[in-house]
Amino acid sequence: MRRFFLYRARGLIGLAVCCVALFVLPARAELVIDIEGAGARRFPIAITDFAGDPDASRLLVSVIRGDLERTGIFELIYASGVSMDESATPRYADWKFRGVDALAAGSVNPAGDGRRETRFRLYDINKGTALAGSAFITSSMPMLRLAGHRIADAIHEKLLGVPGTFSTRVAFVVKNGSKSYELHVADADGQNEQVALRSKEPIISPAWSPDGTRLAYVSFESRKPVVYVHSLASGKRSAVANFKGSNSAPAWSPDGTKLAVVLSKEGGSQIFTINADGSGARRVSAANSINTEPFFSPDGQFLYFTSDRGGSPQIYRTNVNGGETRRVTFQGSYNVSPRISPDGKNLAFITRGEGGFRLAIMGLEDGQVRILTDSGKDESPSFSPNGRMILIATEIRGRGVLSAVSVDGGVRQRLSISAADVREPAWGPFNR
Amino acid sequence: MKTISILLILLLAGCTTTSDGPEQPGAPVEGRVSTVTADTIEGMDLPYELRDPRNILSQRSVYFDYDSFEVKREYQPVVMAHAKFLVANRHFKILIQGNTDERGSREYNLALGQKRADAVRKVLTVLGVHEDQIEAVSLGEEKPKNEGHDEIAWAENRRGDILYNGEF
Repeated sequence: MRRFFLYRARGLIGLAVCCVALFVLPARAELVIDIEGAGARRFPIAITDFAGDPDASRLLVSVIRGDLERTGIFELIYASGVSMDESATPRYADWKFRGVDALAAGSVNPAGDGRRETRFRLYDINKGTALAGSAFITSSMPMLRLAGHRIADAIHEKLLGVPGTFSTRVAFVVKNGSKSYELHVADADGQNEQVALRSKEPIISPAWSPDGTRLAYVSFESRKPVVYVHSLASGKRSAVANFKGSNSAPAWSPDGTKLAVVLSKEGGSQIFTINADGSGARRVSAANSINTEPFFSPDGQFLYFTSDRGGSPQIYRTNVNGGETRRVTFQGSYNVSPRISPDGKNLAFITRGEGGFRLAIMGLEDGQVRILTDSGKDESPSFSPNGRMILIATEIRGRGVLSAVSVDGGVRQRLSISAADVREPAWGPFNR
Repeated sequence: MKTISILLILLLAGCTTTSDGPEQPGAPVEGRVSTVTADTIEGMDLPYELRDPRNILSQRSVYFDYDSFEVKREYQPVVMAHAKFLVANRHFKILIQGNTDERGSREYNLALGQKRADAVRKVLTVLGVHEDQIEAVSLGEEKPKNEGHDEIAWAENRRGDILYNGEF
């Protein structure tokens, strides 16, 4: 098991400004990512130090190396101390001798007005050719980090044929005691963590708008569950479902124009669709049973949801515009929290077995179910936008942590904050 | 090989590729997030009969069995007393909050808690309380009365609570 200690960007600034205070005040909560079970054969890759500004290079290269290493797919061959820019031709024979299959090099240089230009190039060592390259202009440290994530995304896509998700963001809820709930947004590596909402009452079920600018969630700040849509940049939020009774379980339609929500205004818990501004509520579920946890299929045609209409909670599928409803899960007596993979081929859900509540995945064509974890309190799955990982909430030694599990169950990354419960994760969409 | 063509220029928000390009304002794609603080509502004073510990109206909780949504016989006097008070005091409104234990999906538990709140609501309406005096909602597993993780705690958390206006 490898362990990465990551400090909040805010904390680093604090360190520079007032290092005396650090000895007096307790250290800030530290985000830790643990990794287990890397693949047996990993892809050997070297990222050289980038030429130009050494401080910027150090940050950028650590972001790229960290991203690739945490996947468990790449083996990072040691290349620190080797500085190489994107225009130099690598010594292919030397790198081949060191067992490297792919090499990335680049530069970070001032571009005026405090901005920096970052360039990189990726090489196929065995073929002796360049594979990819790009350039970025950045004007802040978070943007330089983002440039690093974009470079790692490009390397992931070029070498594996699947885009990386390093430049995406995740949302989650941090509970600190019974009177402090915070909705956080962070980069996929846990860095650049920011608070979108602070409340004394619970916050659950965050869901990203498809364009990545808004979160829908359920807040209990008015002593009952109400669905809000919250614009992250402006902090503007509005209650989009605040009907009599409970309002919960928001899910965005793939085109971002509608939300599926669960309302109890007509008695019981029933699925409705509403427009993203809260207008036009239309009931979808008809059965007089629990119907909740709606999730749109990627084509927007179907809603998967949890219902107890058959006596135990199981996952069903219905047409958004009404019509036939069919049962999807059959094994076991408790199958909940359906989420469909971005390609529409797999269903992730939580199943209760003898060991407790575990993450499972089912092929929608063959109906094959695989349990992906050995934990007992898994909750709230969400697929990474490239469909390779599933982020869940789980519990370790009584504390809530997040865990990203590869769809083959082979690799696990765990994200935790000391002395706080982390829960209700939602993986955001690709950046455009 | 065209080395130029593989050097793609990608734009990050708020930047330009070249110094002679147009300056753009910093759109927040880099992920700037504004922090918002949610305000919660503070309670008010209630009539003494609802607070007097010797009065049955001070009892506000109805406990449920595991996987059950029926108001048990032992809690019927409590629900009946509140029904009588609400019929006699039509300007009073209540919020019924259904709760569950911590096991399982948060959203599914929210639906289970709703079933408990609805069960209490139905008894009250049968006894003559108007629908517009009652709002039945669920807190699911989110607000446990007992934060423990054993059967004693779970039993305490499978509950419906009656709150009068002023208390919510």
